[in-house]
Amino acid sequence: MNAGERLTDANFPAHPEKATLEGKNKFLGFWLFLGGETVLFATLFGTYLGLRKMHLDGPSGEELFSLPLVFLATMLLLTSSLTSVYAVLSLKQNKVRSLQGWFIVTLLLGLGFLGLEIYEFIHYVHEGHTFTSSAFGSAFYSLVGFHGAHVLFGILWISTLLARNWNRGITLANAPKYYLFALYWHFVDVVWVFIFTVVYLMGKVG
Amino acid sequence: MATHESHKKRSGLMDWLTTVDHKKIGILYLLAGGFFFLIGGLEAILMRIQLMEPDSKIFTGELYNQLLTMHGTTMIFLAAMPIIFGFMNAILPLQIGARDVAFPYVNAVGFWLFFFGGLLLNLSWFLGGAPEAGWTAYAPLSTVAEDTGVDFYVLGLQIAGAGTLAGGINFLVTVINMRAPGMTFMRMPLFTWASFVTSGLILFAFPALTVGFFLLMFERVFDANFFNPDMGGNVLIWEHIFWIFGHPEVYILILPAFGIISEVVSTFSSKRLFGYSAMVFATVLIGFLGFMVWVHHMFTVGLGPVANSIFAVATMAIAIPTGVKIFNWIFTMWGGQIRFTTAMLFAVGFIPTFVMGGVTGVMLSVPAADYQYHDSYFVVAHFHYVIVGGLILGLFSGLYYWYPRMFNRVLNETLGKINFWLFFIGFHLTFFPQHWLGLMGMPRRVYTYMSGQQLDGSNFVSTIGAILMGLGTIVLLINIVISASAKHAATKDPWDGRTLEWAMPVPTPEYNFAQTPLVRGLDPLYVEKTAGNGEMTPAEPVGEIHMPNGSILPFFLSLGMFVAGFGFIYANWIVAIVGLGGVLVTMFLRSVIDDHGYHIHKKEVEADIKGGRA
Amino acid sequence: MKKWLQKGRMVSLFAMLALLLMGCGDPTLSALIPQGEVADKQFQLMLISISIMILVLVVVFVLYAFVLLKFRKRKGDTSTPKQVEGNHMLELLWTVIPILLLIILAVPTVMRTFEFSADAKPASKNELSIKVTGHQYWWEFEYPKEELITSQELVLPADTKVHVELSSADVIHSFWIPSLAGKTDTNPGDKNKNFMWFDTGSETDVVYKGKCAELCGASHALMDFKVRVVSKEDYKNWVASFKAADGKSSANANGQQVFEKNCISCHAVGQEGGNTGPSLNGFGDKDRVAGILEHNKENLKKWIKDPQEVKPGNNMPKVNLSDEEIDAVSDYLLDLKLK
Repeated sequence: MNAGERLTDANFPAHPEKATLEGKNKFLGFWLFLGGETVLFATLFGTYLGLRKMHLDGPSGEELFSLPLVFLATMLLLTSSLTSVYAVLSLKQNKVRSLQGWFIVTLLLGLGFLGLEIYEFIHYVHEGHTFTSSAFGSAFYSLVGFHGAHVLFGILWISTLLARNWNRGITLANAPKYYLFALYWHFVDVVWVFIFTVVYLMGKVG
Repeated sequence: MATHESHKKRSGLMDWLTTVDHKKIGILYLLAGGFFFLIGGLEAILMRIQLMEPDSKIFTGELYNQLLTMHGTTMIFLAAMPIIFGFMNAILPLQIGARDVAFPYVNAVGFWLFFFGGLLLNLSWFLGGAPEAGWTAYAPLSTVAEDTGVDFYVLGLQIAGAGTLAGGINFLVTVINMRAPGMTFMRMPLFTWASFVTSGLILFAFPALTVGFFLLMFERVFDANFFNPDMGGNVLIWEHIFWIFGHPEVYILILPAFGIISEVVSTFSSKRLFGYSAMVFATVLIGFLGFMVWVHHMFTVGLGPVANSIFAVATMAIAIPTGVKIFNWIFTMWGGQIRFTTAMLFAVGFIPTFVMGGVTGVMLSVPAADYQYHDSYFVVAHFHYVIVGGLILGLFSGLYYWYPRMFNRVLNETLGKINFWLFFIGFHLTFFPQHWLGLMGMPRRVYTYMSGQQLDGSNFVSTIGAILMGLGTIVLLINIVISASAKHAATKDPWDGRTLEWAMPVPTPEYNFAQTPLVRGLDPLYVEKTAGNGEMTPAEPVGEIHMPNGSILPFFLSLGMFVAGFGFIYANWIVAIVGLGGVLVTMFLRSVIDDHGYHIHKKEVEADIKGGRA
Repeated sequence: MKKWLQKGRMVSLFAMLALLLMGCGDPTLSALIPQGEVADKQFQLMLISISIMILVLVVVFVLYAFVLLKFRKRKGDTSTPKQVEGNHMLELLWTVIPILLLIILAVPTVMRTFEFSADAKPASKNELSIKVTGHQYWWEFEYPKEELITSQELVLPADTKVHVELSSADVIHSFWIPSLAGKTDTNPGDKNKNFMWFDTGSETDVVYKGKCAELCGASHALMDFKVRVVSKEDYKNWVASFKAADGKSSANANGQQVFEKNCISCHAVGQEGGNTGPSLNGFGDKDRVAGILEHNKENLKKWIKDPQEVKPGNNMPKVNLSDEEIDAVSDYLLDLKLK
């Protein structure tokens, strides 16, 4: 069977994302990639933890952070993780329209998160907390910005993926791609949970 | 001839620029890595000429610092690792009976990223001067430097490093998912095992360096303050990040050499590897411990006696699995029939040399004594014993061993032996006296020393040795040129091999095995030679073979990164955006163009088998 | 028998030659000729570790040589060697013995590591302590109790424990006096100050060589300093005369004027002057010009005339002085001797 062919309910495999060798390779390779990403964020977290008190004359995290705003952003991202789960469930049931719908919701929630983050950053810059104002500033924007860049990349990724496969149905070639995006999105979400805890909660309390 | 819907057969330069065949990419890695090896070696010889006599004024001050920085950086990132990747690409899929690597396209991306990263870094010589802060680029020396040298270092290595990371993931997946039937983990050749563990180390070590380079770039280009104490930064963060990557990097380099030595010693003693499972376990353990010892590069930084002691003991522990390997190699030869080919000579030269590097390593793990050794020529001697005496001898051994498989020609043995003796004697002459130099008070990375400090004699000997090493390398080049013009092709199994890469005809068919072989034990080819008919038993009937299409996109993607690199170095945002835009466009094209590869028809495969070509 | 004897002689001759070639180095620079408690103990550690390691080397090399000689393939031998899987007893042996050897090494390692960092900070004001600051490319030594600052030359009393506090004014340097103690880095920033101690040893009137051991820029190789160890009596006299110095010179009043006009904003003499450059108090007594050149007028003039020529990348500007002015200020500086 050609990998680009639309799958029917009759020949639909239990795990369309892992039904071909290419799919299996992508699945494993992407998990490994996320392992590397974990080290990447761990290094950024380590740097941030080392420098988070070094705000010099500028505002400290405790003065800056507004938990309600961050909480809203967190909820947006967590919900988007949930909607991507629904999309994957649709994938496994060969329901392509429902998959597209859930991924679009995911995409919109991601955009909302990004909007809030940009608003937040602009607000901080006005408060005198910039990338170059102190070591704390550099470390904060690097860590949170790296995460933001990951969200942005995810949005571009899923947009391209949806657009390219809009009329195609689910195939053995695109099923792993949808699945991988969902994995990526969960990872980005988990990283955010750590950022929320380490940067914002500890910044407010510790 | 293969035919299919969208398959274009390319030839000449275009073939090499678009190839996704692991065998060709292996050759590309080897050639590019070999080229950078020559440049790095030249830099080393220039430094030794400056140090040949006291108070010499040939390459002084900043220029000398550029030489030492570029020598270290080039040798590690642009010579040693790519040559290792060359062998991994060319040999690993054959050793496990795979058709290709898991991600042929990503493989090509990895190569071109490395190539353009290395090119970018080396162009610094012509564009305002090379980096001068050492391969370790300690902040704030690296952050306050005003010229663009360090920017080239950061961007060049960042791009090359991304390629390395991609390669690491690729080999991990290849080994896990694509082994031939019967090729269980505990039947994998040691080289494959070592490459597997090395790939794992790359996966978990390189991202730390990626972040380090980002921080350094932010600091230099965007005025961030991670390492600036006046703005609340801390210079030690760089040292930690660098060595959290840097120490595993040492094992990333040496493990594949261990693998090569294991293959060569076993083949040329005509014996299976002694204590195979212990060897595998030792490899994994070394890889694991490699992540917990980075502070031994920082004993004099002032982290306190508790940290220093813990990391000292952890470092000593690495000596144990390493010792296991040494004894296993010796006992592999015990009772065997040793054939002293050039490959074996390098392997045999490797063992005592590496042991000497190992024992100085244990000496260095003693913090209280390391206060004397640290950053002196003693350390220079130690790591060259490990990296040149270990890794480079291993790579030479691998080159002579696998050359027939990769290039269909056997290298000349007489020239090979001259190559070995020149290089081996030169090596010991260069680096053995450096132990003393360090203990006698010569710091490393100095461009000169005053006369009257009793450092003259040893430095002179050291330079003579370096020249001999250079001559040895020239002999290798001559050997390669002669072999290329030789008419006789190699036979498929010139060394009486034991592993799968020797079980197919030369030149290796583009699809490797026409029929995936069935593996019936450790050293599968040897098993068939003694218990079968000398040929691998196929595990599948002859059928259609699915192949990936070549693509020019990896080349352009990397070119985009290269252009963007210049943009960041000169803070020219238009160039940076153009470059990164190019990268995004190639990524976009890759995702919207459907490319399911092509098939080689059953008839063609059958014809190949009949004609002895598969 | 005779042949064997000759062989033995050859070997010892070879060993002697090797020793001669290597030697132990310069007695004021080599870590192999230790002075004082710390360097002594570090040397002992080297000896312990190298003894254990030579034991390992001998075992490996003997086995290795035996195997290579015994098991080479003979011509015409077509038999297949026995394929041996391994040997649990042997493998256990070469795992356990190294572990034991490493434990033997680990005990003194940990002991000494703690010992060298214990009491690095002075317990009382009476103890001798020095604040070392690394600069590109010179060393500043402050004696807080004695309230004086020297550069490039550390004067210390013999048989004394010295407490050292280390930091840097710019990039990372590393403070190393191989004869007296191993190195410790000087890090920029208050957070990463380091402390160490060493003992000056019993020899007096000896000048040890000190080095910077961390790559710090173009003139890293030239960042030498001197440690002059004198008797306790002489040390007291030195402190008194250093503090009494006033930067006045009878030799060349013109030179003093040039100095006060052009140099004093960076360089201190007596109680006056800036501290961005090395203090020049007692310059006439120093051992080296700019830490590296032989101490004479010619070299001093060369240095003032074009500092970049001597020490590339250093921060001393090329001051616009006429040849006469350089001559005068050189005379003045060389006359600055401690009484």
